[in-house]
Amino acid sequence: MASSRDDFVIAIRSAFLKKSYQQKFSLLTLIFSSLVILLLGSFNFKAVNYLKIGINEVVYRSSYIVSIPENYIKNLNVKLKVHLNLYEIYKKNELQLNDLKKKKLTNEFLELENKKLRELINESIQSKDIYAKVIVDKNSPYLKSIILNKGSKNNVKLGMAIVDDIYLVGKIIEVNYTNSRALLLSDLNSKIPVLIEPFDIHAVLSGTGQNHGVIEYTKEDYLEEIDDKEIIVYTSGYGGLFKSGLPVGKTIQKNETKKNVVSFFSDFRQLDYVKIVSYEIGSGN
Amino acid sequence: MSSLNKNTFLRSLMFYLPTIFLFLSVLNEIDLNYLEIEYFSFNFVYILIFYWTLKNPYYLSYGSIFLAGLINDVVTGIPIGISSFCYLLICAVTAYLRNITLSPNFINDWISLLFTILLVNSIQVMSLDLIFSIDVSYMRYFINSGFTFVFYPLFLFLFNNLEKKIKIQKND
Repeated sequence: MASSRDDFVIAIRSAFLKKSYQQKFSLLTLIFSSLVILLLGSFNFKAVNYLKIGINEVVYRSSYIVSIPENYIKNLNVKLKVHLNLYEIYKKNELQLNDLKKKKLTNEFLELENKKLRELINESIQSKDIYAKVIVDKNSPYLKSIILNKGSKNNVKLGMAIVDDIYLVGKIIEVNYTNSRALLLSDLNSKIPVLIEPFDIHAVLSGTGQNHGVIEYTKEDYLEEIDDKEIIVYTSGYGGLFKSGLPVGKTIQKNETKKNVVSFFSDFRQLDYVKIVSYEIGSGN
Repeated sequence: MSSLNKNTFLRSLMFYLPTIFLFLSVLNEIDLNYLEIEYFSFNFVYILIFYWTLKNPYYLSYGSIFLAGLINDVVTGIPIGISSFCYLLICAVTAYLRNITLSPNFINDWISLLFTILLVNSIQVMSLDLIFSIDVSYMRYFINSGFTFVFYPLFLFLFNNLEKKIKIQKND
């Protein structure tokens, strides 16, 4: 009994402390180092933060370079698919164009009216745009995020909104000197205040870790009001992080069980360039 | 002379192949640990580390595994140090297995891998969810562990062949 316990202790000691097979560090030293880094990181220890920023700068660029061949193949595949479905895409676009032409006329009028009304209450929204390239969009089971090639050097700040064309995509959660990380709306930890139109209901849109979001924290009977109508989800502007009215997504129709599921307007897997935007809402009062 | 240089280069390249695979898989955008297929993903890095540190740690140093873990944390955006800790735990298990095993057996290794993955993933989920308050999908981890276990024999075959080639190159 005692000898088997001794064997176990010897095996454990040898596994953790012995620097066999030309290893430069013992396992125990490295495990201890990773635990120290983890602990100091959780307490926001400055040295670890600097180490992280340093590693970020090098790793993001390296990851971008390493992924060039794979991205080339991925883009080639997308291009091929587009070529093969050219006729179908053309037909769909033609229908969409006609529809949009009609909507444009109404929108122009509404825009002017909106502008006049804002002037009337002396409210102005000023935005600052920074265009950024997506350098890494590595999918992770833990975090749905993208790395952008603009950082504190370009006045990027925490919490700034990320917009693809006119659609909201996410917000900045980490800023380094030359790059930054944006958390996508589809991430499990993403929660934004939204407005459900045309019902004018306030809610919270949460990420699911997949390519769609869910509407939460709203009155339950809104589901009955929807029926077959398409609902559009916009930012509500609550919390002052995003301006109100940024389109986010629409509900997936004709699916009774999935009425609170929101399909995002922007395809987060195809992001190449995005806009980093900060809004200043001014009031004359 | 040039062929001699070429040979030396090829030999050292083959020698560092497991390390190159490790760094490519943590740096590359294609992550087998998170494929966009529902209910399918497996952790290639776990298999890679488990195989090479169990069979032949000479080709994959603990220092490079530690560094790869740090890089993985940075790229995937989780608190820095978690992946390193998990990867090194796999190394600890394999080092222990190497010490207590006299005649290596495939079934024993395979079952040990299952135990190791479950242990490492449990620690990772607990630390992410309970300590760092990052929401994680338990089902995804469960599926990931299952497929990592199932795919081990396939990679065992591939890595065995690779190891043979490395040894041939070394002895040339």
